[in-house]
Amino acid sequence: MSVDDATVRKITKLARIEIQDSKVAKMANELNGILNWIEMLNEVDVDGVEPMASAVAISLPTRDDEITDGYIQASVIKNAPKADSGFFVVPKSVE
Amino acid sequence: MTNLTELNLNQALSGLKAGNFTSTELTQSYLKSIEAQNTSLNAYLVVTADKALEMAKASDARRASGNVGALEGIPLGIKDLFCTKGVRTTAASKILGDFAPEYESTVTSQLWRDGAVMLGKLNLDEFAMGSSNETSAFGSVVNPWKRKSSKVPLTPGGSSGGSAAAVAAHMCLGATATDTGGSIRQPAAFTGTVGIKPTYGRCSRYGIVAFASSLDQAGPIARNVTDSAILLQSMMGHDPKDSTSLNVAVPDLVAAMAKGVKGMRIGIPKEYRVDGMPAEIEKLWQQGIAWLKDAGAEIVDISLPHTKYALPAYYIVAPAEASSNLARYDGMRFGARVEGVDLTDTYEKTRAQGFGEEVKRRILIGTYVLSAGYYDAYYLRAQKVRARILEDFTNAWGKCDAILTPTAPSAAFGLGEKSDDPIKMYLNDVFTVTANLAGLPAISIPAALDVDGLPLGLQIIGKAMDEETIYSVAAVMEQAANFSTRPA
Repeated sequence: MSVDDATVRKITKLARIEIQDSKVAKMANELNGILNWIEMLNEVDVDGVEPMASAVAISLPTRDDEITDGYIQASVIKNAPKADSGFFVVPKSVE
Repeated sequence: MTNLTELNLNQALSGLKAGNFTSTELTQSYLKSIEAQNTSLNAYLVVTADKALEMAKASDARRASGNVGALEGIPLGIKDLFCTKGVRTTAASKILGDFAPEYESTVTSQLWRDGAVMLGKLNLDEFAMGSSNETSAFGSVVNPWKRKSSKVPLTPGGSSGGSAAAVAAHMCLGATATDTGGSIRQPAAFTGTVGIKPTYGRCSRYGIVAFASSLDQAGPIARNVTDSAILLQSMMGHDPKDSTSLNVAVPDLVAAMAKGVKGMRIGIPKEYRVDGMPAEIEKLWQQGIAWLKDAGAEIVDISLPHTKYALPAYYIVAPAEASSNLARYDGMRFGARVEGVDLTDTYEKTRAQGFGEEVKRRILIGTYVLSAGYYDAYYLRAQKVRARILEDFTNAWGKCDAILTPTAPSAAFGLGEKSDDPIKMYLNDVFTVTANLAGLPAISIPAALDVDGLPLGLQIIGKAMDEETIYSVAAVMEQAANFSTRPA
């Protein structure tokens, strides 16, 4: 599996990171370097092994479905790049 | 009076208790030390002098009224990955802009609960992604240690390079740090300090800027093993705000230090030798083995056969989790925004200009390995290899109680020496990353100097939840090593 320029354009789009045309080939090269190194994992026998998603074997705790926090509108928008009348101001997202 | 910054944390606590000096005087000494050294070392991104003096004054008042916490009056540095209420928190990234959190991380709130004083926020690799501090958007930290033979500026390691440098240069009495693949232990090894990553779940992740959630764990960097134990005890504990926080009692680590290692079985994994590792590190490892044998431990050869697959597995799991975690930086609700022609363009420009090169590389790797058609081949396979690595350790615990290894495959290297080759940089974490994947506690302690006069560290890995054994072993090793050299 090898990353070409089109793949770099696709994943930069998926990740919402603009990339300059002049940098696409260099990024493809760097990603291939890392991915080729990772290919080493194909040597490992993983037949019948359960994938490990968590570092500790605990079941996730549950709690009662009740409101424990809130009425902090001013705090929530405090760090907004743009806010107005208690709302976040964002570029138009619905046509 | 001698310079108060010469006292370590434990001595400072005694001095404060005896009334030899106040927290205000101690804090002023540290602010002076920072002022004198920070321009050259770049360890602190923000110095909160006014807040520090205010907190010190409040601590002195508490002490006068007999209300004394476990860290009463102790000035600390905080890695700038911990949210601190009202104080700018950057994760060493431009994308957070002037973000000043409206809340406090659980770990730091516990330090303040116990009476500690905040000196400021410490530099790191951007979003803790790096092993040399060179990915910080605010310039590299410089290691206070220099080679005997040259004045070349060296890396303090990463990502907790600011924490390690500040502790080594006596710009604080101790510091918070975080470790996703070795980010506490490798900088500790490079700066002659003590760094521990506890068992995953011991320290709450609430309010710590997330990198790779199944691997991230907080811990202290300190001048010695006792100081490390005191700090970690304050940082640990159950927190309902972190669903992976362990609901278990906090052990008495200082008491564990007195237990000794008589009859303890110490495992030596044959796979922890890598090509090009300096002979000095092998020699140091043998020295560590001899120290423990002399103290009555039994040395056992063990095998951790999947060790060499740990780093490649990590470089799938960590970027995959990072690409998800860092999706929140979109310039809408907090942080910096770069306006584009429409919403998508705004997202893409904000993220292109806000993230540095290494962070982008990791987000793109993560996006790729999680994308349709590649998930099974990369991400699922890496999670299975991770299970194999944990299994290696589980098998080893049948034969031993703790494991001794070198912390890093080299001493501190020069800034710029490895920054053009990502994989070469990643290999720094070859001995530390296994503990993150398996969720195990591990400490690095300074053990000797190399021919250039630079510190080298040894690592002790313990069973899950068994920090006490780690501190028993670390105390014995610290006494035998008698490491007292300071950066020139």
